[in-house]
Amino acid sequence: MELTGADILVRCLRDEGVKYIFGYPGGAALHIYDALYKQDEVRHILVRHEQGASHAADGYARVTGEPGVVLVTSGPGVTNTITGIATAYMDSIPMVVISGQVPSHLIGDDAFQEVDALGVSRPCVKHNFLVRDVNDLALTIKKAFYIANSGKPGPVMVDIPKDVTAAVAEYHYPETVSMRSYNPTLRGHSGQIKKAAKLLLSAKRPIIYTGGGVTTAGGEQELRSLVRRLDYPCTNTLMGLGCFPANDPLFIGMLGMHGTYEANMAMHDCDVMLAVGARFDDRITGDLNKFAPYAKIIHIDIDPASIGKNVRVEVPIVGDAKLVLADLVATIEKLELEPNYDALKAWWNQINSWRSVDSLSYDRNSSKIKPQYVLEKLYEVTNGEAFVTSDVGQHQMWAAQFYRFDSPRRWVNSGGLGTMGFGLPAAMGVHLAYPDSDVVCVTGEASIIMCIQELSTCKQYDIPIKIINLNNRYMGMVRQWQEFFYDRRYSHSYMDALPDFVALAKSFGHDGVLIEDPADVEGALRDTMKRKNDLVFMDFITDQEENVYPMIAAGSGHNEMHLSPKAESDEPAPQERELA
Amino acid sequence: MEENRHIISVLLENESGALSRVAGLFSARGYNIETLTVAPTDDPSLSRMTIVTTGSESVVEQITKQLNKLIEVVKVLNLADRNHIERELMMVKVRATGDLRDEVKRLAEIFRGRIIDVTESIYIIELTGECSKLDAFIETLKVTEILELVRSGVSGIARGESSMSLNGHKSKKNN
Repeated sequence: MELTGADILVRCLRDEGVKYIFGYPGGAALHIYDALYKQDEVRHILVRHEQGASHAADGYARVTGEPGVVLVTSGPGVTNTITGIATAYMDSIPMVVISGQVPSHLIGDDAFQEVDALGVSRPCVKHNFLVRDVNDLALTIKKAFYIANSGKPGPVMVDIPKDVTAAVAEYHYPETVSMRSYNPTLRGHSGQIKKAAKLLLSAKRPIIYTGGGVTTAGGEQELRSLVRRLDYPCTNTLMGLGCFPANDPLFIGMLGMHGTYEANMAMHDCDVMLAVGARFDDRITGDLNKFAPYAKIIHIDIDPASIGKNVRVEVPIVGDAKLVLADLVATIEKLELEPNYDALKAWWNQINSWRSVDSLSYDRNSSKIKPQYVLEKLYEVTNGEAFVTSDVGQHQMWAAQFYRFDSPRRWVNSGGLGTMGFGLPAAMGVHLAYPDSDVVCVTGEASIIMCIQELSTCKQYDIPIKIINLNNRYMGMVRQWQEFFYDRRYSHSYMDALPDFVALAKSFGHDGVLIEDPADVEGALRDTMKRKNDLVFMDFITDQEENVYPMIAAGSGHNEMHLSPKAESDEPAPQERELA
Repeated sequence: MEENRHIISVLLENESGALSRVAGLFSARGYNIETLTVAPTDDPSLSRMTIVTTGSESVVEQITKQLNKLIEVVKVLNLADRNHIERELMMVKVRATGDLRDEVKRLAEIFRGRIIDVTESIYIIELTGECSKLDAFIETLKVTEILELVRSGVSGIARGESSMSLNGHKSKKNN
């Protein structure tokens, strides 16, 4: 039977198993919206701004591992999604963005709501397509999903001119697709894995540093087996939190610019580093010339271009993190070698002395609400089981430090691009994926405003997320940098003329509470988390000039951290250590 | 780090947009392009591109890896790593009047160029060769006036048995 392009598209989505699409209609997408109207298998969530659609689809993808799907119209519909697409691209999140385009005969004429969607999106998509013929539509959609969610995942855009959605063709959705120019390597090279195993076992001061690639590959069990088999310290990047349980004694915290003292010092002093699904981003390494000066590095990544990009690697292994880690564990068993337990004991003693600095400590006797305290209590009240989304800035770092994630895909944040406005729409996607779970959005008064319109979407679809607004009346991270590096000249980082957030939430049909006293924090959180069916906006008035510690200033080494005033007094005097 | 000249061959799907992806990659990542040529191959579904760039070993390693990452790219080969032949075509329009008519004709012959268009006052000379030969010819043309000059950019091919086709060489293992 022949179907229109619009109907074919919707069937493709159904047959791909898509449950939700996030979108906003407009002229060039109207045939598609008409096709959506005629069915009820693929559910459309109407956002209030296309940026919200791309973040919501992204949130959905991050917690499910399935591609998030976005549907927008041409022109501004496309350009409004770009921030969300770039966010997903930087964090390797699978996403398929379908955009309406002006009719084929008008392309290039500067038609109404025309934009070169392929050109605009090219730098921030894994791939994109323009569908010129309705007969190519189904195969193109199949390819889009395949590319988005294989290899190193990422967003794929499919731009469909309006006449193509009106034209008719036979519908056939291919079961599989193969492309001669795209064959991701999954299995690691066995010789390289053996080399890695030997190097790892020869270590005196090892560290295992893992990132979002382990989450993507679903390799958390393999990682845990490896770390526990060897008894080696493990640190996670911001994107990799949860892959190794934060409560395991072998976990030494997050590393990088706001990582723990012990994680960064161990990175600096290690002699063998195993990096898995992590890309040596500048927020992780600090100054590359001072980075891990004694380390021989093993790097496992599915993306060959990520290996050797920033640091010199001793043993590169291209492959899927789960498969390579499993092979690595098996190889270690076969080698019948043991770690150097004496050296390891000394190494752990060293790490524990760093740990005793307690680099995440803060003033617990303050009369003001400390943001760290709110997050500690949030962790307790939700038993560490909530899905936590965040925006970008200080609150994001505190959430990463204080909400101790024990499983992957619970922590949803814009790590690479650092997109303010991400948290609220992402939380909508998370809730739709897991409607029975607690979903909280940790945000700040500057970030939340950037996509505040999505409160309306939450009302329409009864999305009862909890918003934890750490309101310090500043763009906190900007202010912190200005305090440290610009002599306290707080240029345009003060949020003047803020709304009454409680009233704002109420005006959207939700509820809000204002918390100003530290004594009220826990009770308010308990009351709010009990309200399973309500969206509650919790506006915490926090200490204005609290800083995120520890901090490695850009361009510094891992052993050059700023510590909090309290931790500083506990920092051990530098010792003479034989490292080389 | 030492910056060397590299000549990179790329086999890619002959699709609209593929060229802009390659060009976009170079500009977005700050790689430099000296020349870029592209045309379909004997298999009309594939295009062959030759890019001449300069960079350190690590930069060129990134360039080849990033090119491989593009979905439409089938194969990437750094010809600088192997014995290869490269050629560039140039057409140059020069003033050719009076005594210069003979002199310019002689120079063209020495360089095995061909005069492909003649008027009372000009020649158009076609010359093929390695870049350095073309550069040298331009230098000698200083005896007269160059009115216009167009170079095709470099095309390259590996010597010997190995061939960069769908079935030749090792296949692309990537992404």
